[in-house]
Order: sequence, then structure tokens, then C-alpha cells
Amino acid sequence: MPLLEAQGISKVFGKLTALDGAALTVGENEFHGLIGPNGSGKSTLMKCVAGADVPTTGKVSFVNTDITAFTPTERARAGMSLKFQITSVLPTLTLYDNILLALQAQCSLFDLVLSRTRRKLHDQVMTMLTQFRLADRAHDAAAALSHGQQQWLEIAMALAGRPRLLLLDEPTGGMSLEERRVTGELLQPIKQHCSLVIVEHDLDFIRDICDRLTVLDQGKVLASGTVAEIQANKSVQEIYLRRA
Amino acid sequence: MGGASEAVARVGEEPDVVTGEGLPAAHAPAGQASAGWKVLPIVEGLVLLIALVLPWVLQDYLTVFATRVVILALFALSFDLVWGYAGIMSFGQALFFGAAGYGVALLARDLNVTSILLILPAGTLIGLTASLLLGGFLLLGRYPSSVIFVSLGTLTGSYAADRLARGWYYLGGQNGIPSIPPLTLGSYEFEEGPVYYYMVLGILVVVYLLCRFLVRSQFGLALAGLRENEQRIAFFGYKAQHLKAIIFAVGGTIAGLAGSLYAFHEGFVWPNMLGVVFSTQVVLYVLFGGSGTLIGAVIGTVIIEGVSFWLSDNYRDIWPIILGVLLLLVIMFRPLGLVSLVLGERERVGSFGKAPNKAKESGHAAP
Repeated sequence: MPLLEAQGISKVFGKLTALDGAALTVGENEFHGLIGPNGSGKSTLMKCVAGADVPTTGKVSFVNTDITAFTPTERARAGMSLKFQITSVLPTLTLYDNILLALQAQCSLFDLVLSRTRRKLHDQVMTMLTQFRLADRAHDAAAALSHGQQQWLEIAMALAGRPRLLLLDEPTGGMSLEERRVTGELLQPIKQHCSLVIVEHDLDFIRDICDRLTVLDQGKVLASGTVAEIQANKSVQEIYLRRA
Repeated sequence: MGGASEAVARVGEEPDVVTGEGLPAAHAPAGQASAGWKVLPIVEGLVLLIALVLPWVLQDYLTVFATRVVILALFALSFDLVWGYAGIMSFGQALFFGAAGYGVALLARDLNVTSILLILPAGTLIGLTASLLLGGFLLLGRYPSSVIFVSLGTLTGSYAADRLARGWYYLGGQNGIPSIPPLTLGSYEFEEGPVYYYMVLGILVVVYLLCRFLVRSQFGLALAGLRENEQRIAFFGYKAQHLKAIIFAVGGTIAGLAGSLYAFHEGFVWPNMLGVVFSTQVVLYVLFGGSGTLIGAVIGTVIIEGVSFWLSDNYRDIWPIILGVLLLLVIMFRPLGLVSLVLGERERVGSFGKAPNKAKESGHAAP
């Protein structure tokens, strides 16, 4: 049984059909890349899965539950997590507090008011920061980080609640080559407990870390399969060659 | 869709993700961030010290005025929680203040209840109930309510209550309810003056400390997230609307407490206490002093009330203009309020993590 199954997803904005019966299936511990030309509907599909947008038609199942009508909060509580395309760390808070904010999301009101989980979560906060190579800046404001570091912080925040599925919208956007390489390294270990859907323009990056790919074109699925299958696919080659 | 024929853009071409370039290195490094950490307690201590000696240096009629200001500061505190900390644009905070004032005035008039042990709980309960009802309606949707909906909803609530009170004979219409007897404790009567002053000051200090505890707790961290990016924290799994409704109700409760103290101090209640003018006044107190700092709300109230009092005595005709210009200047040049003159951003926002030293030691070098 797949972890995530989205079927027949359509999304219409006025006269524009952004998605036209798209589908996405992701298994346990699978890194799944979502690629396609600009305007092919990758981000919209991601938003429909994450709950940031409601699909016009279609159904999204997660861990055998129909979550199509779930709010973002309900999806997060079911084990799904999203990193937005636009960096949305909380700039005035310290890195430490950004992570703590993500970690304590499902604590009870009572625990929050009395700060009863603050001590308990300390080690987890530091583990996350160390894992993402940000520990020495734990008490800086997030606004003082470089763009690449903000992206890492945000991935760390998205992973804090130990989700079963992480949705990453362009994680390496605006990063240097070196930062991209490190991002790939940082993502590898999470495979043990988490699946990943990743929207990305950098095809080398996608090829290196993903197990399977889904290619979208004009709101429809053009092809879906392993990286090798997609690379050998004639119609995929055609849409990527057309750009030249 | 023309987009399909476009090139697969390389990352650098995305306009909205590159914005991070401008951000780094704009702030002081971490070591300095924690250096100037002691300003807030000093400001708070000074304000308390001044408040404690005031009745000894002021003439009696000024002590009465100071009591009124302390009660209004309590009211401002309630708004700062709701707006400064949770980012809820409540333009109707006077609704809870006035509703509690009217409620306790009716208790005194119709049931002869004047005991402080009944009046203050009754006032807070009225504030709590009213804010739970209005907050539940405005904030507890399945999806977050828009800022416009909440601000117009609260504004309308306040305006409607004002009109209702003006037109309702039982509530005294335009004149309100006059001649409320003094607050009592057993056979003791709280008259205007130093005793009433110290009583409300004590209540302000206790409520202030409770608020401070709340906003520095993990709940306060959740509020900071709510204020900065409500959508983001919903994606973490926070029940953002519940958090908002809770803090709105806490604010309403404090406003209710302030309203009941105000009614008994002034000896009468009138429709303005519920209305839009009062609701906006409290916005100005907090804006002027500095929102999201608690002490800013207190300082803003004291300065605006103090300056209006002095101006209206000395410049009888043009004082509102002078006050208006003064307010504009502060808001234009100090958008974070007067306390931002001495309080840095790091200290204003606060830090919620524990054991910073231990955290520093376990740090690793960035790549």
C-alpha cells in the first residue's frame, strides 16, 4: 500500500487549467522527484497534496486515509510536512526558537503555558541544529543566516515533528553548487524514517537523490517511473530538448 | 499554456527565492545579541518604583487621576496581549471593558452588590464570556479568518454595544448608570485616593507578571509564530485558530477586570466606555509605547494620559492638535514605539530556549 496516493487531481484558476487529472504515488521511504517545465503544474500539485490549495477535483489519500478535505493542521498531525518554496523561517526568532516552535507544535496547551516540555525538547533541538550544521549559530536571529542556511533551517523545521512524508518545494533554489551538494548529503539520512516528494529545477540534484520521478507537462503526467526509466523516455527527452 | 514551451529554468532565475541575498549579516553577531540583555527589567523596575512613590508626591486630586491611568494601563495590557503578541487586530477591546463596567454597575444598582470579592470576579467573568462569544464567532473557523474580517467584526461589536447602551432605557440610555456606590471589603469602603490607587497598582503588577510569564513561556513562542506567520505554524500542526481564540479570551478577561475597577472608581458608567473611541484610544496607548513589550503598553498609557492632562490644562483650545502631532511623530519615526529607544529587537522579541551556554558548547562548525 503506498504512503501517498493522489489521483485525478485537477485545479482550475478561472480560465486557466493548472492541473488536469494529475496523479502521484509515493511509497514508504521513497524519494520521489516531481519535475517538468515551468508552468507544468508541479508546485500546484504539491500545494494540493499539502493542503495549501484545494483541488477542484480528485482525491488525496495518505496512510490509507482520504485527506482531500483536511486542513493543513490536520495534515501535519497525520504526519505530513511541507517546506514552502519561499523561505518562511521566522526571521526575528533565534534558530533555536525556530526549531523549538516546530518541535512543540503538538504539545498540549497546558504543557505550553507551563513550559513543561522546554527542557525535554532541548536535546532534540540541538540534535536537529547539529544535523543541519547550524548548531554554532543556535542563538542568532534567523534573519542573520545566509539564504542557503535559511533553507536548511527550514528543512530542519519541517522535519522536526518527525513526519512520515516531507514535501520540499525547490529546496536548492538560490543555493551555490557547494550548498546544493551539502543539501543532498543532509537529506540522505532521513530516508530511514521518512518519504520525500521534491520539486526541483536542478535535474542533476534530482537524479542524485531520487528513487523515482514523475514528469508533468501542461498539467498532466507525462511519465512516471524510476530515474533510469525516465532518462530513457523519448517524450521526456523531447520536452527537455525543446527548451534549447 | 505557454509555460510548457519555456526553458526549464535554472534555480538562479527564480525571482522570489533570491531575496535571501539581502538578509545576511544585517544583524549583530550572536555574541553581542545577548550582551545588552538587562534593559527590560531595569525599565520595568523604574516604572514600578515611580508608580510606588507617586501618591506621596502628588496632590490628592492627582492621585485620583493616577488611579484612573493605572486602570487604563491594565486595559492597555489586555490589548497588547491580543495585538502585540498574537497579532489579532482587535478594534473592539472597549466592548469587554465596557460590558464588565455596565455589568458590575447593574449588580451594584439592582442587587446592592459592592463587595470587591464579588465585583472583581463578576467583571472578569463578563469580560471572559463576552470575548469567548465574540472570539469564537470571529476566529474559530475551519480556516483562518482574514484580518479585515476580524478587525471589522470587533469594531462592529464595539460600535453596536455603544448604540445598544445608548438606546436602552434599562442601561440608562445616553446618561449611563450614575452614582455607583464605593467598592467594599466587609465594612471597609474603597474611596478614591491612595488606598484605591495602591489596590489597582497591586492588581496591575500581578496581572503584568502573569502576562509576562505567559508571553515568555512556550505558549508565548507559539504566539510569536502566530504573529509572524500564521499559515506557517498551521503547517507545523498548531491549531492556530484555537490559540488565537484563547489569547483573545485572556485579553477580554483582563479588559473586564479593568472595566469593573474603572466603573467603581469613576462612580458611573456611560456608553462611551463600550464604544469605538475608547477602543481606538487603547490602540494608541500601545502603538505609542511600543506593542509586544507589555511595559510599552503601560508607558504609552501613562504618557498619553499625562500629556493630554497637562496640555488640556495649559492649552485649552489647541491641545488635541498638539497631542495628535506628537502621536504622529512617534508613529512615523519610532514605529515600534517609545520603548524601542532603549530596547533592542532581540530583547523585545525575547528568547524562549533554555540552557544557552550548554547549547553553545555542543555547536559544530558550519560547512
